[in-house]
Amino acid sequence: MTTATVSRWDRFRESFFWYSFKRDKVAILSFVVLLLMVLAAVFAPMLAPADPYDLAQIDIMNSELPPAGLDGADPAFPLGTDAQGRDLLSTILYGTRVSLMIGFGAVLLQSILGVLFGLMAGYLGGKVDAVLMRIADVQLSFSTLMVAIIVGAVFKASFGNLMFGEIAIYMLIFIIGVAEWPQIARTVRASVLAEKKKEYVDAAKVMGFGTPRIMFRHILPNTLSPIFVIGTVQIANAIISEAALSFLGLGMPETQPSLGSLIKSGFDFIQSGSWWITLIPGLVLVVLVLVINLLGDWLRDVMNPRLYKG
Amino acid sequence: MLAFLVQRISQALLVMFVISVIAFAIQDGLGDPLQEMVGMSVSEEEREAIREELGLNDPFLVQYFRFAGNAIQGDLGNSYFYSKPALEVIGEHLPATLELVIGASLIIIFLSVPIGVYSAIRPQAWLSKFFMGVSTVGISIPVFLTAIVLIQLFSIGVTVNWFPGDTGWGQWMNEFLTTEGGLPSYGRGDDLVHLFGTWHSGLFTREGLAHLLLPCISLASIMLPLFIRLIRAEMMEVLQSDYIRFARAKGLSAGRINFLHALKNTMLPVITVGGVQIGIMVAYTILTETVFQWPGLGLMFLEAITRSDIPLIVAYLMVVGLIFVITNTLVDLIYGLVNPTVKLAGKKA
Amino acid sequence: MALLEVKNLDVRFAVRGGDLTALRGISFSLDKGERLGLVGESGAGKSVAAFSILNLIAKPGYIAGGQILFEGKDLAAMSERELRKIRGNRIAMIFQDPMMTLNPVLTIGTQMVEAILAHRKISKKEARAIALDRLQKVQIPSPEKRLDQYPHELSGGMRQRVIIAIALLLDPEVIIADEPTTALDVTIQAEIMDLLLNLCEQENVALMLITHDLGVVSQVTQRMLVMYSGRIIEQGPTRDIIDNAQHPYTVGLISALPQMGEPGARLFQIPGSMPSLKNVPTGCPFHPRCDYATDQCRQAMPDYVHAGNVDVACFEVSKRMEQEKHMQEERS
Repeated sequence: MTTATVSRWDRFRESFFWYSFKRDKVAILSFVVLLLMVLAAVFAPMLAPADPYDLAQIDIMNSELPPAGLDGADPAFPLGTDAQGRDLLSTILYGTRVSLMIGFGAVLLQSILGVLFGLMAGYLGGKVDAVLMRIADVQLSFSTLMVAIIVGAVFKASFGNLMFGEIAIYMLIFIIGVAEWPQIARTVRASVLAEKKKEYVDAAKVMGFGTPRIMFRHILPNTLSPIFVIGTVQIANAIISEAALSFLGLGMPETQPSLGSLIKSGFDFIQSGSWWITLIPGLVLVVLVLVINLLGDWLRDVMNPRLYKG
Repeated sequence: MLAFLVQRISQALLVMFVISVIAFAIQDGLGDPLQEMVGMSVSEEEREAIREELGLNDPFLVQYFRFAGNAIQGDLGNSYFYSKPALEVIGEHLPATLELVIGASLIIIFLSVPIGVYSAIRPQAWLSKFFMGVSTVGISIPVFLTAIVLIQLFSIGVTVNWFPGDTGWGQWMNEFLTTEGGLPSYGRGDDLVHLFGTWHSGLFTREGLAHLLLPCISLASIMLPLFIRLIRAEMMEVLQSDYIRFARAKGLSAGRINFLHALKNTMLPVITVGGVQIGIMVAYTILTETVFQWPGLGLMFLEAITRSDIPLIVAYLMVVGLIFVITNTLVDLIYGLVNPTVKLAGKKA
Repeated sequence: MALLEVKNLDVRFAVRGGDLTALRGISFSLDKGERLGLVGESGAGKSVAAFSILNLIAKPGYIAGGQILFEGKDLAAMSERELRKIRGNRIAMIFQDPMMTLNPVLTIGTQMVEAILAHRKISKKEARAIALDRLQKVQIPSPEKRLDQYPHELSGGMRQRVIIAIALLLDPEVIIADEPTTALDVTIQAEIMDLLLNLCEQENVALMLITHDLGVVSQVTQRMLVMYSGRIIEQGPTRDIIDNAQHPYTVGLISALPQMGEPGARLFQIPGSMPSLKNVPTGCPFHPRCDYATDQCRQAMPDYVHAGNVDVACFEVSKRMEQEKHMQEERS
């Protein structure tokens, strides 16, 4: 009999999750586009015609060449070049890589912080809860972007431009992760409060399990689906936050560009007619964020978790 | 009412206290007033003497209370770059930002309420679906990118010749998609009207308004989708409720049901969320002002960062913190006044 | 001519994958000043029937067929504008949960005055006077004060009094009350019910009382309908049905009444539960719970037969009647 060992894949294929994914054209399209972009970013070193980090490959004579199809285009640069003469396609591939790394990294960090603080607030309650949620309230009322800008500004002022440029990618993950933790913490707390009342928690207590074990082994698995939904949307938010910080000059340096810093460096040349340097990376950014948001919307509809409202 | 006020205000004071500690910690950690006051030639002994005299060697808490005491009296130190009191510099930049926020808020209010209400009343109409689609895309476009696209379209202008120009429809399409540009995309213009104090307003002249147009649309574009979605979701929930059905059973007109019974209940949560959004709006002014070189607080703050003008950075944090705290408290109070079920006694449902 | 006559009413819910039938071939009538009871378990379609009369069924429900004749005019075919003139004016409704029925952000006065002004061209002041009069009629203490209060300042019982006052504002011909006391404290249920009945009698208003409480219906109504799974299975004069119920389901309901059994005896229960809309069985929907079910019951929907003054939809009853008829013929 094979019934005893139904594979995970079979179970997945019979799940409601897979069923509703198959029926939703927008979700499928978004997923395919996102997958392509992630793959392109991961394999950027192989796919990109040039290495934008390698100064030796850059020729300033090639600067501000338009994309293919326009007057003065060079077939070697299908999307044109930027002001320093870098191939725009390559910088975009590498830039998407940086943006995605920061997006995923920041969400990983904020999930760790959010789950930890959310579990503590929800399970321990009392003063711990009051203090943590007060901090979360204040931070949210200041808006996460504002907090990120301030922290970024302080870091930049204390490390100096050069030093900041070298560690920018880790700094940004840290800044955005720290700025956004309240979102996840609140959601986790709400789920914990709901789970805490259920009988299995009492049962675990009666069986003499310790608090950390109950929190992580028993309650946490039951709060995963809202974290998953929020986390997806938060990746899009983190990518936008990174782009905003980079655009303000508080993020990735131009030598190691993300999509945001590409847009920033191109913006200086928009008045001279070189729109592609800023608008093509901009379009890539919008598509990336849009497909993640659409997937997030779909996940929310399918999983229908108790999300923190307000 | 009094208890509610006291509770809200003491909360606001607590938040302000936290902000001031953070601001002071930044100043203490990053700023070195000596660098401003004395040249390189001064010896280390002399520096130490000045430090002692200025109280810079005092314990952290003593220094903090001196800082806080000065702050309450309106003294947040002098800007290194402008060489005048930081608060004065902020006073000069505040009106530009306020006008930007006012303009954007007007756009948001006058568009989000009708669109949100319409798409809640007629969720199946193609226009509603169009609005919802546009707002999903809108949420995914960062504010600075909207601003850049607006500049390209309406300031620089775009000439389109994608369609065959020798056919009638091709020519029409080309002309339809071609934009003239010409709208200002830089600063506030020269034709400002002096109102009072440091307030020079662009709200009363053609040129001032023209300069406001693109920045306000950009700033509004990021919040508008959020508000449309929020109003629609709340309104749809309210329309399901028993009291709406009862209002229909009384024979009231659809207009009265939608715009009095439903809208009033819809707007309560929207006010609360709207208050929180004001904070986010301040963050977005930094981005918008950077793109349009709008001489407001946001641009000033960013320039202060690049110039390491610590007192100005600290002053900005304090002022923006104060604005947040005041608006949040006001929003709470307004909510309490509008919502009859909140007895202004301190406890919210 | 009856004041209100419902003929063959079908109500369906449009859901993904086809329609669900909520009401099937509902027919009944209500005379001027009459008190009609509508009983059945929750989910039988009582509320849907109540709301469909004024076409207030929540989406995705809709009237799929039949007529609702009020003074000879078909409400089901009326435009929203015409229907609005009837709602609250000629036919008023009382909802189940007074905590949810009043708008929380408008004063009682506003909610009363607007109902009057929607139908009468009078001044606000005159409307307020009418509102005050009705509040006095429902015996609310210090009615003047109530007009300026918000719903949350009133208790549940007081709110239901306000709602009864609103129903009476425009001297309607019919009041449809959907479980008007279910959500209230047991201690004040009888009080509110008495108030409602007295006022209807005083003002000569026809009352359609929807409830799952057969006891109340047996005491206060003149005629009653029994609903099961979207169908009326038995209707007629209340006394006749209570004394001599025909349909096995009605018989079960009546034996389940506490006052019918011996003191201390176990209460009777009808085994099983009512099917949901999604899986209504074929034939008579009651057959899975019925002791008399035959193959005929499982396949076909029974038509109505007249058993004395009562209309019943049951094969067993019609069989029994034919046997009686047969025996009578043989005897003569």
